[in-house]
Amino acid sequence: MDETISIVLFSGTDDKLMSAATLAAGAAALGKPVKIFLQYWGLNAFRAAGIDTDHGLAPEAGEVGKAAVEAAARAGMATWVQTLRMAKELGEVDIQACSASMDIFKLKQADLDPLVDGVEGVAAFYINAGEGQIVFI
Amino acid sequence: MDIKLKVDASGLSCPLPILRATQGMKTIATGELMEVVATDPGSVKDMAAWASSTGHTLVEQDSANGKFRFVLRHK
Repeated sequence: MDETISIVLFSGTDDKLMSAATLAAGAAALGKPVKIFLQYWGLNAFRAAGIDTDHGLAPEAGEVGKAAVEAAARAGMATWVQTLRMAKELGEVDIQACSASMDIFKLKQADLDPLVDGVEGVAAFYINAGEGQIVFI
Repeated sequence: MDIKLKVDASGLSCPLPILRATQGMKTIATGELMEVVATDPGSVKDMAAWASSTGHTLVEQDSANGKFRFVLRHK
């Protein structure tokens, strides 16, 4: 059985980035290889210059959701960036930027945070995903 | 019981308790024991799932005053 978990990270708000980071970190802790493929707003959030800034929340958060997330952050809940860094230290987590999204935003790998390991196209993504599960966020 | 390593994951939410457990296991040797204390109620099912998936043995588990304590033996 292929244990690899492949996460397509399309969304760029902090709640969805945290959701992806949690799934990645959990799989890494269980010893499963993890691949994260960054597209569109997910990729945009990994710009070196802005990775630690506020990326907002999904529209359904509303005021109550926003207050709850902000309270958790103040209470010291790890950010998605910290969670991903820890996951990479502990397990096998490979983060690749989608080459088409790189073109759209006119990005080079040097513009991205060092968490990103490389740039690849969709065919390489599928080959690396193998027979494992694919999650879209 | 000879606990080699104590890990305090109190106040940490999922997935940090199992990440701390993973981190801790890397620092002890086969047969040695690690104790993890967490306050996240989800850690009860998570720690058991983590142990069964990684091959380490959950040898003891209890809870008191909102704290969950696990003793794990390195595979």
